[in-house]
Amino acid sequence: MWRLVSELLGRGEVVVKSVRRRYLALRVECEDSCDGKAVSDAVWDSVLRLFGEVGSSQAGLFLVHFEEGTNYAVLRCSHRALPMVRAAIASVTKIGNKPAAIHVLRVSGSLKALSKKVATKKEKLQESGECEQPPNEG
Amino acid sequence: MKFSDLHLRVPLNDMQQTRKMIEKSSALGYSQIGVPLPFSVKQDAIDRLRHGSEEFGVDFVTRLDLAPKSSGELLGSLRRFRRKFEVVSVLCGSKPLARQAAKDRRVDLLSFHTVEPRKRFFDWAEAELASKSSAALEIDMAQILSLEGFFRVRLFSCLRREVATAKSFGVPVVISSGSTDALLLRKPQDFASLAFVFDMDVSLALEALSKNPVGIVERNRVKESPAYVAPGVRIVREGRSRGQVC
Repeated sequence: MWRLVSELLGRGEVVVKSVRRRYLALRVECEDSCDGKAVSDAVWDSVLRLFGEVGSSQAGLFLVHFEEGTNYAVLRCSHRALPMVRAAIASVTKIGNKPAAIHVLRVSGSLKALSKKVATKKEKLQESGECEQPPNEG
Repeated sequence: MKFSDLHLRVPLNDMQQTRKMIEKSSALGYSQIGVPLPFSVKQDAIDRLRHGSEEFGVDFVTRLDLAPKSSGELLGSLRRFRRKFEVVSVLCGSKPLARQAAKDRRVDLLSFHTVEPRKRFFDWAEAELASKSSAALEIDMAQILSLEGFFRVRLFSCLRREVATAKSFGVPVVISSGSTDALLLRKPQDFASLAFVFDMDVSLALEALSKNPVGIVERNRVKESPAYVAPGVRIVREGRSRGQVC
């Protein structure tokens, strides 16, 4: 389904927004500390190895945010490439030659909705006694 | 949805690491774990593991991995150990063995650990036998995560063919971690996403992580209960015999 932006131009034409995106909240588990670039490289490398150059070009990957210390990240990808990106994220076993794992916490269509979903999860975790800090993406 | 990982390979001699892995499984959303145990395992060791799992709210399942060399050895092992374990998996190393395991009702899981396509003996013949005996095909995700390059490509190719065969014959597929390391554990949804690479639908993959393994464990627990008589027959309540007088 294509999402209509409904921006009416002067001549009454409807502009169709062709790129739909998905935002993924990630939790990076690494034996040592890691930075955003290393995480981004690991995901890129994984997509490239699993789906090749054509697949990578369709993924539209971009690391929106990385919080050092808590190791939370927000990654953006194309809506159509979401299954590919999720598979690639699950297959990451190393970040910069150090054993690591990346877990997908939530997926959403906008950053606003993603932050709400992650906040809800945080409340649930606090209720159950496990406190986890979510990413503070804007 | 209740998720199950029937192949969590914890180091049994390291209780701290074992607890860590069970805790991690629980945190990732699994409510049932199957741990492969040696056939000589003592009951107190099982109780200790079960107690440790209950601390994290995880249902503990005993599992036996058999790797026999012949069909006769498989039958002997099944006769001796079937009742002692809740889940029995057979590593099929030859064609006759795969056939025997697929048709035996006491076998729950058929495993193939090699990436050599000629040594993975799950084709339509095994699938047909397995569909009648209710054995399931097991896929260890740790293999996918640990292999690289050409070997992983070959594994994907084998898995794609096996999953398609299993689907066409109605053989249930069970996805398990097969992991010895906590960093190789993933959430059930992540494993389901990874199953995309060998053409498995997310809904089917989630069934392979929840309904299928949980069903196997429930079926075997019913069989082990004293009320069980035969498939489809169980004692609901005991009546008085004719000789008894009130």
